[in-house]
Amino acid sequence: MSELLIKNACVIDPLNGINGDVMDIAIRDGRIVEDVGSSAEVIDADRCLTLPGGIDSHTHVCGTKVNFGRYMSPEDMRAGRTSRNGSMHVTSGYSVPTTFGNSYRYSTMGYTTLLEGAMAPLEARHTHEEFTATPHQDMMANTLFDGNWSVMEAVREKDVKRAAAVVAWILSAAKGFAIKLTNPGGTEAWGWGEDVSSIHDTVPYFEVTPAEIIETMIRANELLRLPHSVHLHCNNLGVPGNYRTTLDTMNLVPDLNSRRQSLYLTHLQFHSYGGTTWRDIDSRSEEIIRVVNASPHIVIDMGQIMFGRTTTMTADGPMEFKLYMLHHNKWSNHDVELETGSGIIPVYYSKKSVVNCVMWAIGLELALQAKNPWQCLLTTDNPNGAPFVKYPEIIALLMSKRYRDQECALLDPRTEKRVPLMAIDRELDWNEIAIMTRAGQSRALGIESLGKGHLAPGAEADVAIYPIRTTEIDPSAQFQQVMAGFSRTMYTIKRGRVVARNGEVIVEGANSTIWVKPRVSHEYDLGNDPEFAKKFQQYYTVRMRNYPVQETYLPRGVCIETEADL
Amino acid sequence: MKIEDVVCTFCGCLCDDLVVEVEGDMVVNVENGCTLANKKFMGNNRLKTPIKRDGGNWKKVGLDEAIQTAAGILLDADRPLLYGWSGTHGEAQTIGVHMAELLGAVIDNTSTVCHGPSIMAIQEVGHPGCTLGQVKNRADVIVYWGANPIEAHPRHMSRYTTYADGFFLKEAFRERKVIVVDIRKTETANIADEFIMVEPGADYALLSALRAIVRGKGDVLPRTVAGVEKEQLIRVADICMSAKFGAMFFGLGLTMSRGKYKNIRNAIELTEELNRHTKFTISPMRGHWNVYGSNEVFTWITGYPFAVDFARGIAFYNPGETTSVDILKRGECDACLVVGSDPGAHFPGDCCRHLADIPTIQIDPHVNATTHLSRLQIPVAVTGIDAEGTAYRMDGVPIRTRKVIDTTYPSDSEVLDKIYQIIRKET
Repeated sequence: MSELLIKNACVIDPLNGINGDVMDIAIRDGRIVEDVGSSAEVIDADRCLTLPGGIDSHTHVCGTKVNFGRYMSPEDMRAGRTSRNGSMHVTSGYSVPTTFGNSYRYSTMGYTTLLEGAMAPLEARHTHEEFTATPHQDMMANTLFDGNWSVMEAVREKDVKRAAAVVAWILSAAKGFAIKLTNPGGTEAWGWGEDVSSIHDTVPYFEVTPAEIIETMIRANELLRLPHSVHLHCNNLGVPGNYRTTLDTMNLVPDLNSRRQSLYLTHLQFHSYGGTTWRDIDSRSEEIIRVVNASPHIVIDMGQIMFGRTTTMTADGPMEFKLYMLHHNKWSNHDVELETGSGIIPVYYSKKSVVNCVMWAIGLELALQAKNPWQCLLTTDNPNGAPFVKYPEIIALLMSKRYRDQECALLDPRTEKRVPLMAIDRELDWNEIAIMTRAGQSRALGIESLGKGHLAPGAEADVAIYPIRTTEIDPSAQFQQVMAGFSRTMYTIKRGRVVARNGEVIVEGANSTIWVKPRVSHEYDLGNDPEFAKKFQQYYTVRMRNYPVQETYLPRGVCIETEADL
Repeated sequence: MKIEDVVCTFCGCLCDDLVVEVEGDMVVNVENGCTLANKKFMGNNRLKTPIKRDGGNWKKVGLDEAIQTAAGILLDADRPLLYGWSGTHGEAQTIGVHMAELLGAVIDNTSTVCHGPSIMAIQEVGHPGCTLGQVKNRADVIVYWGANPIEAHPRHMSRYTTYADGFFLKEAFRERKVIVVDIRKTETANIADEFIMVEPGADYALLSALRAIVRGKGDVLPRTVAGVEKEQLIRVADICMSAKFGAMFFGLGLTMSRGKYKNIRNAIELTEELNRHTKFTISPMRGHWNVYGSNEVFTWITGYPFAVDFARGIAFYNPGETTSVDILKRGECDACLVVGSDPGAHFPGDCCRHLADIPTIQIDPHVNATTHLSRLQIPVAVTGIDAEGTAYRMDGVPIRTRKVIDTTYPSDSEVLDKIYQIIRKET
């Protein structure tokens, strides 16, 4: 039995309605408890800000495309290097750090749980291998279904149950967590070098539209009773005028779940552009957020960009090729048979580019105009908008109008006429930041019941203590302290164990991988379905028996079994 | 007993549809395999116990003594080199990297004498590729450049390209065009619709000429380029541009001939150029069954796919300096651990001489050329036969290899982990 007592913690725990109370937190064997004995190890938080461990609900840290981002970028590896230090392994990389680099940097920022944004089922084993090498965070994987042939066939037949059955089999086989759609239909079209340009275009050969795929999958998701909703990367990412596609998409969403949203729209900054070309691009964050504010069944994340160098990587292959046509740096692409695609290019976001300035403003505007912070979560779509180490800067920008003004003065002067940001005075408070960085993620991902994202007795003892006294600093003026405080915890506690102190990871990690297994009736178990098996016999290049990820790849797997309505 | 869906651990094709018949601890029959696979599964000339050099002779030693000796050699060295890794599973590669980190060693894989230049080109311009099933189901144009799959990857054409029926190509052999570029008429060239015989060492010029045509600048070309008629080049460029889906595969004939990584860079840029007209992909024909896995594992732990030097404490990569051949040629390393490869058969003479001069340890199931340069060899189970583990196919698809028989040999990871634990205690 191990016991730990955190004394004098200034706790913000939005899921339990605690906002800045100074209290003690008792921990026994990795869980929060009412109290512990007198022999418990004691940490004095000294009235510093104490939050549930951070959760990133959309980040690219592990798997085929992430590793290819490293592979093709020795210049990025060289931009962030640390040597072996105590129990810390060597790390390399700035925008796409090595797995240990990601894990240590997230941990020292107080993050204890991550959702990998995109995993191709065929290559799931790779993602899980890297999860094991990201030892300080519990991991989950969004599983890609945007171009899945079996899904599109079910959509064409208007057979929601069949679509759900396909998801059930693949999710269990890939040991994935949620349904991810990346440019639905577009990744299949990209198999022919094409794309879709609205949600009503038809996908070559399959004769289905993105709208039909999205609607079917939202319903299938609820039939399977998955913890998270469908996680959508909309069509037309990064295209001027794409806010119309985004609005059309949001209008499709039925409200089907009382516990959480029915659709999670990711990195919405990239989908809120007005104009017709790069010359006249402007912000449409107001139109977008108006719909979000009126749609409690939608949750978004920001996808904030920050100025500087980074690497973009996504399953959205056609988008990356378009981006490459603009940047002419280097370009990688990796289509995955019967399932999806992907692309990678390095980028530099510059304050001298009015396009980049508009993008920067939009992300902040989404967060500042969202009435309900539970509906707008803080992300950079790491590393697409910026590496996650920029989160503290984003928090500071959201909490300080003065800081924003200071930054806005450095932007391309044309920006002001194209974005509403300069007219927004709102400054977010500590509680709102806590919602946008952990509590909101826990609820949106449906992992509250696993004890994630809060600190009530029974919760997982994932705790972050930051060197910030909320009563003593004014974030509006002292934004530098906010930034510094969120960059480095005093203590990061993972499952009851202190894993990082003052910016250094001090122990070897032992994370879990959370995955979902929907239980379906025999009739809908595609393991017995000849039509489904034919896909493997004739079209996949991997046999059906060699496809599922073996449990040996999840040494500490946590399986959420759901009772599907199938 | 027959075991189905067995994964072949010979070449980068990583075929996973073999049917293997076993009797006791012997494989007695293999179905669906190529001749290379049959030989691998049915071969039977393993080294029985660890052997250690004793003056001019070999002496049999126990596993524990062998492990102690290996750890001692590595701990005593100032600049150890850990080389090979393509013929073992990912779990062993992981231990190797962590071992290198502790020792401050250089760790390198066989890419150094293989597709290393391809990786360097990718680091300059990227890599538009895809999984092999994407080619099988869609590609109506296939290009093999400096590669001879019929002999080196015997089932590549029947599983993934020329003869493989796919979703959008029901009669693949009739519907596909195959272009082969080589300096001689190989077996593969015999079945090509277009065979381009390029002058040795002139691939770069040929690629540039094709790029010029694709860009609409064919006028600037002379009547022949690299020994090839302009008419043929125009015809080939036209086939590529009018493909619905084209897939180029290149081998060491392009990677390791004159121009090296510049050739690959040019080929990738041609592919990129073709993507402005249609869909085109390019992929290296990786040799060893898990060489790509070693690139992947090295990359997620260190940031670099090969030639990683930990001497500075951080991971440092500079091909030409931190690559095995260069280190050995300079006589720089003072001990070497070889795992899952045979540098004795592939490295230049100078490098082999240095390997013989320093304490070289080999972990390998078989006696091979490197055995003769080594002071110690530890035989291990063969991954895919009597050990299992992760492998990455040439296109990056990870597959778990199976264990089909039980033997008393330890696996690579078991041996490496024992050595690692000793090193860990001592450092």
